[in-house]
Amino acid sequence: MLSHRDFARSFRDAIRGGVAPENATACQPAETERRFDVYRNNVAHSLSQALARHYPVIERLLGEECFNGTARLFIDQYPPRTPVLTEWGEEFAAFLAEIETFQSLTYLPDVAQIEWARSRAYHSADADPMMPRDLQAIAQEAGEKLRLFLHPSVQVLQMLTPAGSIWASQQPGGAPAPTAAQWAPETVLIARKGLAEVVTRTVPAPIGRFISALLNGRTFAEAQASAGEGFELNAAFLLLVENALIVGAGRKGGNGK
Amino acid sequence: MKTETTLGIAAALSCAMGIASAAHADEMKMEKCYGVAMAGQNDCAAGPGTTCAGTATKDYQGNAWKLVPAGTCETIETPHGMGSLMPKEM
Amino acid sequence: MTLPRKPGLGFKPEHFPTIAETRPDLGFFEIHAENYMGAGGLPHAMLQRLREDYALSVHGVGLSIGGPDPLDRGHLARLKALCDRYDPESFSEHLAWASHGGAWMHDLLPLPYTQETLNLVCDHVDEVQEHLGRQMLLENPATYVLFDNSDIPETAFLSEISRRTGCGLLLDVNNVFVSCVNHRQDPRAYLAEFPLAQIGEVHLAGHEEEDLPSGPFLIDSHGREVAEPVWALYAEIVSKIGPLPSLIEWDNDVPAFPVLMAEAERARTILEGQSHALAS
Repeated sequence: MLSHRDFARSFRDAIRGGVAPENATACQPAETERRFDVYRNNVAHSLSQALARHYPVIERLLGEECFNGTARLFIDQYPPRTPVLTEWGEEFAAFLAEIETFQSLTYLPDVAQIEWARSRAYHSADADPMMPRDLQAIAQEAGEKLRLFLHPSVQVLQMLTPAGSIWASQQPGGAPAPTAAQWAPETVLIARKGLAEVVTRTVPAPIGRFISALLNGRTFAEAQASAGEGFELNAAFLLLVENALIVGAGRKGGNGK
Repeated sequence: MKTETTLGIAAALSCAMGIASAAHADEMKMEKCYGVAMAGQNDCAAGPGTTCAGTATKDYQGNAWKLVPAGTCETIETPHGMGSLMPKEM
Repeated sequence: MTLPRKPGLGFKPEHFPTIAETRPDLGFFEIHAENYMGAGGLPHAMLQRLREDYALSVHGVGLSIGGPDPLDRGHLARLKALCDRYDPESFSEHLAWASHGGAWMHDLLPLPYTQETLNLVCDHVDEVQEHLGRQMLLENPATYVLFDNSDIPETAFLSEISRRTGCGLLLDVNNVFVSCVNHRQDPRAYLAEFPLAQIGEVHLAGHEEEDLPSGPFLIDSHGREVAEPVWALYAEIVSKIGPLPSLIEWDNDVPAFPVLMAEAERARTILEGQSHALAS
């Protein structure tokens, strides 16, 4: 007799395109496959919908039909290893990069990375911003050993394509995507401002390097040094302060936050 | 170096404070999140939700191999040319 | 701690502003546990706020209690963290499975009802209740196929799980109707066998109807109003055992809030009609 484990395996195989498990039946046994289709459909539908909710811009760029076809291949190769759908789908960007018919759409994996980072930012932990007055006091005290702690949602993506502008072009009221002549690499900052607003902004590369260095635990002075040519400190601070992204500060080696 | 950094931060901070007048974090901003009208988009990045419902939509059918991009990518110019290079009739 | 014997609604984030502003008269809200497992942000902020005004039911969809795999310890830990954080009046899950070999299919899949699966489900329910430190409710499924090795009726299967583990039951009236129509059985006969005394909550939802050569085929879609025959069954249950916490589930094509409230009001009319009848 079929053990429960064997049953579950054959059920899963049936969902992935095989015939219904040998013990599956119906009051009209001839209808079993047709009825079993509900399970095949529910699994495909719930997962491709989940992927579409992570990657709405990719869906727009590819069109619904093409996206759904892509989603089915992805589901087959990267089925969820978690019961929490918000955590599933990280490999989608790398998966898109491998699809032959998408080779000319070089920006596609980069846009997917932006969308994954946005989902992560949306669900990341909360942290209140520091009052600029307190920050100033710590900065005075710590001097060149100053370290800044950023909101847990902050991510910097350095892209070879103008994926940030392309992502923005797909938003309501967004500016048109760059032309071939304007094609250039982009650095994109993704972070959550407050509770709900996921900031997705193309920033100058030096600001991106500065923020990345802060995220990697460098001191303010080290981050500034690593930012390179053309770094504008005022612009960097404005970006961080207006989006409430500085959540702590301290002295390197000290225990303060 | 020390003075330079400290002065730099102080100046940048006053500048940032002047312009941004400090960000308020704790608004439950819904309009930004759910007021998006354009089809197929969700500005709120809420991530997928789970439900315990079934569906009557037939999603498992159809041909997964016809991956011909046919969305807004066709309007995006790249150094490699416009949109998809694949012929439409595959 | 139990849910109020009143109508409740499945919480949808898009309704949050209306709920926060108008504080509708409802007994409770229900959430899907797996949608609140992120670290922070708006989902938790909304839930926190909702919790201040309403009783809460946490309804899991991912534990795979009826599956052959051991329960996912990490997931159990996250459920416990969620329950500890919001201290809900109820935690419920499904008589179904969803994962095999560590891969999740994200649907509530059916299982044969045998001695083997009975023991397995009882072990899993024991483990959940022990881990969470609370009683859970187990929900009857909507099913589309049968299994020829099933040798225990679903109602007896649920009774026995409840008897052995002490868990309560969540009676989904729409699931009863969907399964019985699909398998050409009588829903009243099913309910006559159901251990009504163990019910801790009722679910009500809409379904879609398709046609098979042998007759109607219903799909538990949660995408429309509760069907008339389901209301009728619900009224019969309430008249038999009195008011129960009663949830309107609407998960697909979610309508404007007043449409959900109209469904909740209909449940209220049945619940209150009954409490008046019992009081007089």
